Amino acid sequence: MSLETLCGAWLAVGLSLCIYSFLYRDNPFFKLGEHIFVGASVGYLLVITYHEVMLKKLAVPLIEQHEWRLIIPLILGLLLLARFLPRLAWTSRLTFAFILGVSSGVAIPRLLSSFVLQQVQGTLKPLVTVGPAGISFGLAELNTVLILIGVVSVLVYFFFSVEHTGSVRRVARVGSCFLMISFGAAFGYTVMARMSLLIGRFDELILYATPEYGYATVWLLGLVTGGLVWWQRRVRQAETQAPPDGAE
Amino acid sequence: MHFWQQSLPLLITCVFGLALVLQYYVPHPASENFLQEISLWSQIIAGFAIVLGVGSLLSAHYQKIARQEAGWGYSAVLFVSLLTVFGAGLWAEGKAEGTFFGWLYDYVLVALQGTMFSLLAFFVASAAYRAFRARTLEATILLSAAVLVMAGRVPLGESLLPGIGALADWIMTVPNTAAQRGILIGVSLGAIATSIKIIFGIERAYLGRGDGA
Repeated sequence: MSLETLCGAWLAVGLSLCIYSFLYRDNPFFKLGEHIFVGASVGYLLVITYHEVMLKKLAVPLIEQHEWRLIIPLILGLLLLARFLPRLAWTSRLTFAFILGVSSGVAIPRLLSSFVLQQVQGTLKPLVTVGPAGISFGLAELNTVLILIGVVSVLVYFFFSVEHTGSVRRVARVGSCFLMISFGAAFGYTVMARMSLLIGRFDELILYATPEYGYATVWLLGLVTGGLVWWQRRVRQAETQAPPDGAE
Repeated sequence: MHFWQQSLPLLITCVFGLALVLQYYVPHPASENFLQEISLWSQIIAGFAIVLGVGSLLSAHYQKIARQEAGWGYSAVLFVSLLTVFGAGLWAEGKAEGTFFGWLYDYVLVALQGTMFSLLAFFVASAAYRAFRARTLEATILLSAAVLVMAGRVPLGESLLPGIGALADWIMTVPNTAAQRGILIGVSLGAIATSIKIIFGIERAYLGRGDGA
């Protein structure tokens, strides 16, 4: 095994255990891991932005291919950074105006087409099937009716222009039941996804606990546990030595 | 000054907003090129927005270090980790394979990201317990749907309760679809209304206060 793999394994285990130490309570190990995570994520984001956007989409086409029209987004981008200069901060409004204008203009027709008309089209389907054998109402039709009831009742639940009393309240209650089923399903999926991540992390921690990796997980688990015990003792000592509230 | 600070931003929003609404209904190569160009401009501006956000984050942590506030050491750690990853990325010219930047990605970023998100598994369990204790009809429906979906997605659930997989599928395709459609239609109508208000200058909170801030 290469030295870089071994060092990487020890580093990954140490950082993972720092984060898991939060299961005990908020502590310096967790804060350390958390700040490293934020710093590394932001650093990575900056690298990707620099290479994929600033170089490939702005600097190279502008300088090497002389695509002068890119000066406009460059100026708008620089105006955004004027937020750092209090006297010129107002100029960033021009960029915000551009961003909001573009996103609003792009959103209106696409939302109307994909999320309103197509969804309504998917909901308004024949409630019975008329065939050579006559009118039939099976499981598929029952599902269509349920979807129609669900969509209408959820929309009524979110419609606040009418007071939720009487029959409106009852329909809204049905809507809230549909919403709870949906949130429950989303919750179930989230739990499954997090559990699969947890299994993945534990799998790796178990792998790094083998002699091949120098018992990295075992050593570092001892170190973090010992550190937590020492830190907890110090906190308790500080609490006992501190004067009670209101004491001079 | 009023023109530059108030009228011009409103004019820009209105012109670009209306142009992009019309663009959708014009099936012409020139219209497609216009959309592609605007998308490219938006990506470039988003890059500068990231720089603005990072600058703001660093400024907050720098002040913490300069004033030696409680926990300033963690801010220093953040600076060091950010500069290390950024420096490694620049040195490697953004390439991850066989570089120190790639090593940092594999053993620091992936490990921390996976662990941080997996930590939520413990907290969703306690959230479920608290919801169960609420003992309302809504909480019971929510938890029942969650348990059925979870049980229907693992082999153990199907072996203990045959047919639970089909029930989980039905929950996803019928009641879940109905609720999601309702939410989507409601949210979209709200977003369309807000977009129209922004384009016509009725909603102008993005202009901030009148003092140029």
